[in-house]
Parts: sequence; C-alpha cells; structure tokens
Amino acid sequence: MLRLNHHEHKSYTLSENPYKPELARIISVDPMVEDNYLFRFRFEDAQLNQRFQYRPGQFMELSVIGVGESPISISSTPSRPGVIEMCIRRAGRVTNALYRLKPNDLIGLRGPFGNGFPMKKMNGNSLLIVAGGLGMVPLRSALLYALDNRQDYQRIILMYGTRYPDYLLFRSELEALALRSDVECRLIVEKSALSKDTPEWHGRTGLVTDLFDDLQDLDVQKSYALVVGPPIFYRFVLSKCLDLGFSKDRILMSLERRMECGIGKCGHCEIGNKKVCTDGPVFTYWDVMNLPEMI
Amino acid sequence: MKVSKLPKANVNKFLESLQDFGEVIIPKEKQEQPGVYMFDTMTDPSEVAWEYLRTIIPPKKYLTKPKEVIFKFDSQRGFEEVIEDAEQKRVLFGLHPCDIHGIKILDVVFTHQYTDPYYTRRRNNTVIIGLSCIPDEKCFCKSMHTDYTEDGFDLALSDIGDGYLVAIGTSLGDDLVAERADLFTEVEETDRRKYLDFRKKRNQSFKLDLDIDDLPYILDLEQHSPIWDELGKRCLTCGSCSMVCPTCYCFNVYDELNLDARSGRRIKQWDACLFKDYALVAGGHNFREDRAERVKNRYYHKQFRMVEQYGKPSCVGCGRCINACPAGIDVVEVLTKVREGSYAETESS
Repeated sequence: MLRLNHHEHKSYTLSENPYKPELARIISVDPMVEDNYLFRFRFEDAQLNQRFQYRPGQFMELSVIGVGESPISISSTPSRPGVIEMCIRRAGRVTNALYRLKPNDLIGLRGPFGNGFPMKKMNGNSLLIVAGGLGMVPLRSALLYALDNRQDYQRIILMYGTRYPDYLLFRSELEALALRSDVECRLIVEKSALSKDTPEWHGRTGLVTDLFDDLQDLDVQKSYALVVGPPIFYRFVLSKCLDLGFSKDRILMSLERRMECGIGKCGHCEIGNKKVCTDGPVFTYWDVMNLPEMI
Repeated sequence: MKVSKLPKANVNKFLESLQDFGEVIIPKEKQEQPGVYMFDTMTDPSEVAWEYLRTIIPPKKYLTKPKEVIFKFDSQRGFEEVIEDAEQKRVLFGLHPCDIHGIKILDVVFTHQYTDPYYTRRRNNTVIIGLSCIPDEKCFCKSMHTDYTEDGFDLALSDIGDGYLVAIGTSLGDDLVAERADLFTEVEETDRRKYLDFRKKRNQSFKLDLDIDDLPYILDLEQHSPIWDELGKRCLTCGSCSMVCPTCYCFNVYDELNLDARSGRRIKQWDACLFKDYALVAGGHNFREDRAERVKNRYYHKQFRMVEQYGKPSCVGCGRCINACPAGIDVVEVLTKVREGSYAETESS
C-alpha cells in the first residue's frame, strides 16, 4: 500500500504549542461563485510570513477571534510564497463570522496540517486532475504547484466540471490555461447558462465523466489521478479512472471532516481506522474503499 | 527493577512525606454515597480507601481536564497561551494497573506526531504510585492484558498482608523512597512467597473474560452485524461511558467572549463521540447522524482503530463503562456476541 502518511509532521508556523494561532491579516476578499469568496491572508509577523511553508492539499485552522476555529483548505501554492489564498464557503458559524470581516482585519491561522498531495513522489509522472464543483479548491494548489515545477511532471491534465459556467471556480485563470500548450485544461458544464442574462458558453457541455473518452492515450502506469468533488461525482469518476486502468493506489482523493484540532488529538475527524487530519486529508482510493464511512 | 518493602505500620508516614513533593491525590469513599469512590486531594492519610476498586472518574481528570482555558485572546493582540496547573506538582496515589495503562495510552495519544503541551506539562509534574487490587465481577483487565504493568509508574505497591512490596519504576520513585528510607525494609524470602501467593489468588479472582484475539479482524467482518442497530436502540447516547473511560480523550474547543466583545478565552472541554453533533460539519451535514453509527464508532475506535494506529486497543478492562451505563450495556457482552454472531438471535428469542 502506498504510504501517504508523512510521519514527520512539521508545523512551520508554530514551534511549541500546536494549538496556538498566529495573527494574520486579511489582504483582500473577492467574490467567486455563490457563497464562495477568495480570501488572501498574510501573517502579521513578517519573518513568519517569509518562512511559512506548506504542501498542496494541506489545510489550516482559521480562527475568527472570539467566534472559533474552522479547518480550511489552502488554494494557493507554496511555489508562490508570501500570501496564503483560501477559497472559503460561507457554511457555518466561523465562516459566517469571517464574512463580516473586511480587508485589513485580523484573524488567527495555525498550521499547515495534514499530509497533502505527494508532489515529490509524483515526480516524473503525468497528473490527471479531476475536479467537480468545489473540489477545485484544494486541487488548485496542486495544479499551480505542478505548473510552477513543470519539468518535474509529464502531462498535466485538468478536467473540471460544474453545473453552470458561472460555477467554475478560478474561471478566468483556468480559461487562460487553455491557451498554454504545456497543460491540457478541459472545462465542462452541465448546462450552458444559469439564466438568459449570463454570457454565452462556448466550451463543452456534459459531465466531467464525458471527458474521459479523450484519455485513451494516457499511460496510467506512469500517472496519478487527483480526484476531488462531491459524493455523486466520486461514484462515477472513480469507476472511470478504474476503467482507464488506474491502480487504486494511484488515485488520490481529499476528504473533508470536522478537523477540529488538526493534530490528531480531539477525535472528531476519525473514520474507520484513520484520522482525516493527520493520516489525510489526502487518501488513496484503496484506503477509502476499505473504510466504510469514508465518503 | 528495584523492589523494596513498606510495612503497613509505616504507610501513613510515607503518604505524609509525599506531600513534600506536591498535592497528593488518593482514592476516597464518598461520604454521602458509601461504596462509591473518587480521586481527590488527601488532607489526612487515614482518608485513603485502600479497598476501593474503581473510582467514578478515572485519574485522567488531572491530566486532561474536563474543562480548561487554553488561551486568552484579544482581537488585536492575538492568542496568549494559558496552561492551567502548569506548575502544580501532583502525586497520583493508589492507581490500579488498569488506570496506569490508561495513562500510558493517553501518553501516546497526546505525544504522537504532535505534542499537546497542556497534557504533557501536567504529566511531567505528576508522580504515579500504583496499588494492587483484587478484581470484581466487572473487571476484565486480564483479558485486555492490562492486569499488570512493568512501567508507567514511579512506584507500585503490591499488598502482601503485613506490608507492601514497592516496585521502583523510575529515578524519581527511587528518590521518593530514599527520602524516607527509614520507613522501608529489605524484601525477604517470605515476602516473595507472599507475593506469589497474592498473584495466584488475584489471577483466580477474575470472573469476566473477553476473547480479544483477532478482535479487530472480527469487527471488520461484522461491520454490518445487526448488533449495531440493536445497540443503537438501547443506547441513550448520554456519553457516560466516555466520561468515565480512562482512555477517552476526545475534546471540543470553543471561544468564550468577554463583554467587551474583543477579548476572551479559548476553552478545551471533554467531548464524547456519542453526542449527536460530534461529527456534524459546517453546512449541516452529519457524518454520524444515526445513533447506531455513533455507538458502533465507539466500539470500533477502542478495539479496531486504536490497534491500527497505536498497536493496541484502548480499552483497559476497568469496568467503569459497565458500571456507568444507564441502559445496562455491557461491553464484554456486546463484543462476545459480535464474535459469536449471536446477538440478533438472542435478542429475538
């Protein structure tokens, strides 16, 4: 079994107390899709901000001071240091309170936590990145990281599907990628328009699984599939990956649970025989299929 | 291991001498409830309930507190670490082997990969002194291989009639003995024999047995056993079993705001996986909405996930959960029936 579990968990923001949040400032807040906004943060401590490192696929614990903490995926890439980007959905108590804050307000951040995607291990392989809906949030970090280290990977293929064009996260950024010859960026939407007022969609319509028809030439022995999306998406995409011939330990998924402490102590994110916060959030399909409660 | 002997006539003097090290915590009988015991601060050595078998709450309450402040915060200055009792030295006296094993498990959980400074700070200031016991009908530590321990204590006392054999487990334990060397005597041949007799008597006293061979595998096979739904119907999900469990460590973290609405405290508080909102995530999805799922999770955590993650189960056979359950659920009975595949049959007959 492929071991994604990095036993040496180094926390770059903290030394002694892994529960201690560090102050960070909101640099900007930009609306994305529906209730999703892109927040940019910077640690108040300039030195800390400089040396802060993480891996794509890791998460942080974000504190709205006086309200509480919430685990949030990192959407930026460590290859572009200085700013931490998180695409945050207004979903619970903490994120609702975060939406009342403005640029220049202070929050708390601690982490990074979790294993993240094994970017080094995947060197020399092709990456098939398959995202559904909000699944793009953690995958954007892996995508940008791979693009910034282009020579380390063979083909980089992004297949991203949403219900409507307006629901595509990071849409303009991804559409710009379509112009690059070193990345195969394929976007697809179920319905071409949310309403009559929205601009026309010239891309493909259908389901993200339709895009698998174009992958017959992919060397699955030398590829990894990074798959993140809603439960229904997994059901169909995983079987497509298996049909292509991917072995179960070359299919990587990122799971969401209530990672309250982030450091494997509080118990809330434990499922089957794993802790999502320290054994994950990235798991192989083999791991996941052996855990009855996983998805 | 170095072993010495403490005659019973000298025990109280020894207990008094421990107060020089720190607050001495002993098993006491509750005045208003005879036969019910608790760990509490010693004011006089005569308060020690030597015959006690299990306290309501295990000694974990001194290491991972039921509720504690972990930070003070201010919206502009950020978070300032608070460790309650950080400097408080304590002697936990009279712990049975099951409770020492419980602490050994907590030690692993709270230091694995990341170190929890709240637990470890208090743990490092804690002396552990064990005490032998004779099991009752709810003890199954022998089945869990926690009826005896070679480590995890500074001193361990075994009752041999006229005195205690004192196993010295650490350098600190050795210092505690050396401090009152006048109270201790050499171990003689007759003492050794008395100890062997005691072991024999104790081993023969176990009435409850649980077969844990292959238990993780059995549980994996029985993921869909009807037992879990049956248990879901019986269990009140009150969380009593978790509160009284020497190895249950789950907690919640939340903020309490002062009236100025900009400063306050971050609190860490015991939680239980049986509570309905335990696996609730933002947006309202509950990964274990179903009561049966939550009960099942507790069993799988103790006997399956812990084995996978840390190499041994996190049940020490102390019998507290059997004692505490208002619905009369008995962990040994449940796991035995899971193994036999007989739960549904006995329920319907």
